[in-house]
Amino acid sequence: MDTGVGPDGEAAEATGESRVPRRGFLRSLVAWGAGIAAVGVGVPEANALRQGTRAAGTAAAATGTRLRRWAMVIDLRRCDGCQAIDEPPRCTQACIQGHLAPEPMQWIEVYEAPLPGGGTQFIPSPCMQCQNPPCVNVCPVGATFSTPEGIVLVDQMRCIGCRICMEACPYDRRFFNWGSPPIPREAALTEYSAEHEVPAIRGTVMKCEFCPDLARGGRRPYCSQACPNGCIYYGDLEEDLATNGREVVRLSRFLSKNTAFRLKEELGTDPRVFYIPGYGQDVGRSPYRRGLKRILWPWRRVAAGSERWGR
Amino acid sequence: MSARRGDPPAAWRARLERRVLAPLARTGWRYRLWILFLVAVVAWAVFAYSRQLGRGLIVTGMRDRISWGLYIASFVFFIGISHAGTLLSAILRVSRATWQMSITRMAEFITVVALLVAGLFPFIDLGRPDRVFNLVRFGRWQSPLLWDIFAITTYLTGSLIYLLIPLVPDFALCRDRLGQEAPRWKRRFFRAAAVGWEGSPGQQWRLHRAMKIMAVLIIPIAVSVHTVVSWIFAMTLRVPFNSTVFGAYFVAGAIYSGIAAIILLMAVLRRVLHLEEYITRTQFVNLGYLLAALSGVMMYFNLSEYVTSGYKMEAGVAFQFRQLMTGSFAPLFWLYAFGGLLAPALVILFRRTRTIPGIITASVLVVVTMWIERYFLVVSGFRVPLMPYAPASYAPTWIEWSVLAGAFALFALIVSVVVKLLPVVSVWEVTEQEEWERPAEVVQERGWAPAAVSPSSGGEP
Repeated sequence: MDTGVGPDGEAAEATGESRVPRRGFLRSLVAWGAGIAAVGVGVPEANALRQGTRAAGTAAAATGTRLRRWAMVIDLRRCDGCQAIDEPPRCTQACIQGHLAPEPMQWIEVYEAPLPGGGTQFIPSPCMQCQNPPCVNVCPVGATFSTPEGIVLVDQMRCIGCRICMEACPYDRRFFNWGSPPIPREAALTEYSAEHEVPAIRGTVMKCEFCPDLARGGRRPYCSQACPNGCIYYGDLEEDLATNGREVVRLSRFLSKNTAFRLKEELGTDPRVFYIPGYGQDVGRSPYRRGLKRILWPWRRVAAGSERWGR
Repeated sequence: MSARRGDPPAAWRARLERRVLAPLARTGWRYRLWILFLVAVVAWAVFAYSRQLGRGLIVTGMRDRISWGLYIASFVFFIGISHAGTLLSAILRVSRATWQMSITRMAEFITVVALLVAGLFPFIDLGRPDRVFNLVRFGRWQSPLLWDIFAITTYLTGSLIYLLIPLVPDFALCRDRLGQEAPRWKRRFFRAAAVGWEGSPGQQWRLHRAMKIMAVLIIPIAVSVHTVVSWIFAMTLRVPFNSTVFGAYFVAGAIYSGIAAIILLMAVLRRVLHLEEYITRTQFVNLGYLLAALSGVMMYFNLSEYVTSGYKMEAGVAFQFRQLMTGSFAPLFWLYAFGGLLAPALVILFRRTRTIPGIITASVLVVVTMWIERYFLVVSGFRVPLMPYAPASYAPTWIEWSVLAGAFALFALIVSVVVKLLPVVSVWEVTEQEEWERPAEVVQERGWAPAAVSPSSGGEP
């Protein structure tokens, strides 16, 4: 349990891209001492993370310090499913490469949904990071849990693979390692953390973890970084700011002014992912242009003994 | 009860004991062959499961979108089979019915065996069975899976006690009657299991008291078990599962399939162990009536479920409705609706078909279609798309089918082995019943409490 500034924070500072203006607010996160830099290995590590987040929450409550409340806004007016650049959705591709996600997992998946007036829209769907998370409620061993920052994580070192969370998730945002996951061999060199689920472990559940490790280091999630149209904003409800890398917006006003909505609001899951309605009109997409390019898992060589499976 | 009521009581009783105790003493080659067959099937299932252990759940047909399948459906099915036995026996005992006296033992027995088999499935379904101990280390009482574990272990314990208490006098009977014909270890077993039963008034009083308490206790426990099993579905926001009626619907389905299973076991044991004199048409017809009544309850539940959802056609529910009525699950659904609900009820309601073979046929239909119902309920529920994607498909692999076959074989194996260890008919209860009825030659409307232990003659010594 580490309460200071994570070492990965400085590292990220050093390597972080500088072309993005006004990113200072995200950089300040480091100093904020979220205090959850995950250290250690295996179950102890995950437990440390768990206790760390809990301790951070209690400490914040006791001292009156503010705690990050990570949120995401996806501006559907600018999402064209990467049709303009004729590529598979870059958010998904970047997520896969950043997390070495096994095939066929798309932690952020771009769905093509029909519009009521004809035509379609694209909806990039990460884990909704519900504040009333059905998956956390049903987990029999507490392997999936909410952090005080409002992120739902999966501890694959504890998961028993009963998959009741997959049944409970109303957004189909959970994935299971049915066999030995097809991941690149270098994944084995990474130290596992519930905040960065690499390497994937057979017989356990995984999902989008909202990249809090990147955020703490002043960087946006892989998906947000990769979006060519800047339609994925990432930020902090507490500070009321979010950015897509090009502009910083005041979160509450941005949401209200653009009549943001959340998926399946009626279920009462209270997600942290907001959408601004649209079909890619701001980047010149016609709603009648259909079709996404297929996602590719770019590993040339995967870990020995691994197998592929479908959805 | 007895077909030959004219017999002197002593001869009647001796014949009953001989019939019931005979299988405990001798074992034929046919029996051994049967056991060998069952062991082979179970071994095959173990082999299939070892493949799953080695390669992971990838060997099953389940995937991310349909993430529960045959295993969980079979879990629900076997829990259902377990349901009727103890519940039925308890309700009939509490309500002082007498006709079921010769089958209570089988009914209670089927509960225990089915629970043992059912309990395996959630563990077979685990992705990380090596971490099963996490359920103890980190168990969260907020999870429906934990409720299942509590409910099932409570029910199993209760059913075992409820099965064993009335067995004590019969174990004593085995101890006293079975001489050199039984192997030595069996005689030892009976001596131990009889726990010093002498039949003294004090012992009798305690026995009946314990049975009464357990009979009342077991009813709410039994109802709770299947309700909680339904809650692993109903506690989620998935469209077809997100329903308040699920608990009651599952309980009704459980009793329905459970009664059918009792009829089948009764038919088999009656034939194999030559119990025709004690298990007569009365038992079949009465259980048949119960089966028909439960079929009505099930029809009602299905009607209220599908008429209310089908009328409104809410998104998601509409998908479920269509895939069951006309879509990919339509053959299974209609087979269940007509073959599993309507046909058995009709077979039992018409006098011409209300025969022992007719009732057995109806029960086979019910057991088979109730498994199908569990299957399509689970799989179709998971198939309803949660996001805008094309519906997934699921087909069990040979591994899953093998494990299922192994489960049925294990069920039959436990039954076959235990049948050799305990009297399948409660000899003392049937005898008491017979003696109680004999003087007046009245068969109906008599209390269950035998004359020997009426409050005046009973009590603490």
